[in-house]
Amino acid sequence: MSSALSVSSLAKSYGGLQALRDIAFEVLAGETVAVVGPNGAGKTTLLSIIAGIQAPSAGAVSAAPREVGWAPQQAALYSKLSVAENLELFARLEKVRDPHAAVARMLEQTGLSERAHEPVARLSGGNRQRVNVALALIADPPVLALDEPSASLDPGQRERLWEFIAGLARAGTAVLFSTHNVSEAQRNADRLLVLSEGRLLFAGSPAALLAATGHDGADLEHALVRFLAGGSGA
Amino acid sequence: MRWLLRKDLLILRRSRLLVALLILYPVAIALLIGFAISRSPAKPHVAIVDQTPPGETVAVGSRRVAVDEYAQQLFSQVDSVRVATRAQAIAKVKSGEVLAAVVIPPNIAARLSSEVQQAQLEVLYNGDALEQSLVQSTLASAVAQANLNFSEQIQQAAAAAISALLQGGGSGILGAPENLIGLNRIPPTLKAIIARTPRGPARSELERIEAFAGFAAENLALSRQVLSTISQPIKVRSVLLRGRRTPLNTFAVVVAVSVSLMFVCVLLAAGGVALEREERALGRLVRGLVSRETLLVEKALLAACCSFVVALAMLAGVGAFVSLDWSRAALWLLALAFGALAFGALGVAIGALAREVRAASLLAFLLSLPLAFLALVPSGSVSGGFDAAIGAVSFVFPFKAALQALDAAVNGAAPAIGGPLVHLSVLMLVFAALARAGLQRAD
Repeated sequence: MSSALSVSSLAKSYGGLQALRDIAFEVLAGETVAVVGPNGAGKTTLLSIIAGIQAPSAGAVSAAPREVGWAPQQAALYSKLSVAENLELFARLEKVRDPHAAVARMLEQTGLSERAHEPVARLSGGNRQRVNVALALIADPPVLALDEPSASLDPGQRERLWEFIAGLARAGTAVLFSTHNVSEAQRNADRLLVLSEGRLLFAGSPAALLAATGHDGADLEHALVRFLAGGSGA
Repeated sequence: MRWLLRKDLLILRRSRLLVALLILYPVAIALLIGFAISRSPAKPHVAIVDQTPPGETVAVGSRRVAVDEYAQQLFSQVDSVRVATRAQAIAKVKSGEVLAAVVIPPNIAARLSSEVQQAQLEVLYNGDALEQSLVQSTLASAVAQANLNFSEQIQQAAAAAISALLQGGGSGILGAPENLIGLNRIPPTLKAIIARTPRGPARSELERIEAFAGFAAENLALSRQVLSTISQPIKVRSVLLRGRRTPLNTFAVVVAVSVSLMFVCVLLAAGGVALEREERALGRLVRGLVSRETLLVEKALLAACCSFVVALAMLAGVGAFVSLDWSRAALWLLALAFGALAFGALGVAIGALAREVRAASLLAFLLSLPLAFLALVPSGSVSGGFDAAIGAVSFVFPFKAALQALDAAVNGAAPAIGGPLVHLSVLMLVFAALARAGLQRAD
């Protein structure tokens, strides 16, 4: 598989606060990578720089912002517009060749065809998040960046969302998502990036993290806590 | 920009209540301000008790001036309610039926005629500090005007008496001979007699009398001029140095239209930018889809166009009732366009800094209302420091310049339209730069 996204020597500071320090990693096409870490680790900052919302203080991201589909943690949608109107607006802004076809495709993929003309304000949190992800995918980007995509969803909605994302990955999209839910990362990610205090402490598969902490077969969340507490051999 | 504009118009179309409020509220405020400016203050409701006996007069030389004339003068200055007694007047003031009562005492004629005692009126009033202040200032003005008119009549009577003394003839003075010689004619008559009189003590006596008569005639003539000067020592001659005379009602139209232009434009632009943050769409837009500058220009232009249409419709609508010079319509459009763009820039700056719609709307409202009122405070009508502060605030925000531009366009008032348009252009650039800085962070 080829590299879809490459991040090198990335740093971000807000005045005296160093939010990210010397981050470097790659995501391959069709790969699903989870960014995990405690609150304030820099997960959202990392994803928003990759999405082009913030500029880094140093370092580089290989993919241009328009090559990255972006779904923020809280759905970024116009609540007075319908689902279809939101999709069409961003398809037009993304200069998608056939906006109407793209809208129809996304409505079908997200299972929202029947609610296409309903104002977003009337949708449930789960459906809003599906539209949020659909907007990220409207231009068919090679990389998808999702900031805690399942945070506001119930278990059923979460399962459907991950099935949908798995389908995208199988089709070749590189998916990078942040989460607090370690077991979700274990189930859905090929690799983990562990961030703490702006530093990338670990990059590898969930099994490799378990192995690194000497907790083979045990709970990954427990292993991560031990790892972050410095109880690992890493 | 086309698709953003289409999206914003769709959102506006679906926010009918907001749009209705956005248009109706400023129009209502504008009309209220316009009415307040164009209407002269209403006459106060005042009870008047005239206790002078009917037909009472003040004697001035040979003439008599009716005291009732004074009461009539006073009545014309207020919305008067005649009452018979002081007790009735007090009851009306206490009940709030009238703002105050004026009692003209029965001895007013005697005091005026005495030439040693000043006549006095009694004013009875009630109410809170504001009403008391209004009563005092209004009645002081009304009494002063009535005094002036009454004193003019007395002065005319006195001048007529002096003329009779100088010119002679039938003086009309009670008990005086019908064919008075008149002071002016005494010196030449005496001169003729002196010429026929041989030198000696009698001729010397006549010469002294002739000199005195000449001196008295000269000074009495002077006193007639002095009387007219005393009755109205200073007259006003108004000279307009710049621009043309602006009728108050057309200025009120300009104020009303400027207020509407500002409210609609600033609120719409501020709300539009803040909505992008509130819906969290800003980050999605500025990551390569739309530049921050384009976003700001789109919001400012949309707000400017909407407010331009509202203001122009208002100007044309009011023009049906107030005489406006339609040949200057091209200048109206120019002034409205520059004003709308400057207000649009102010609005997007507020929206970019406030970050959420409610805060942006509140800030826009809190800023716009005092700006309108401060710009209407006449220069020099408040103390020096406060006047300078008002001037500075009016200078750094676009309302005053927009008002001046529109006043120049509609009424041909000074300053000429060029200066305010340049001022508005500079403010537009400054607020656009502020907006761009405020939009730096997209999260």
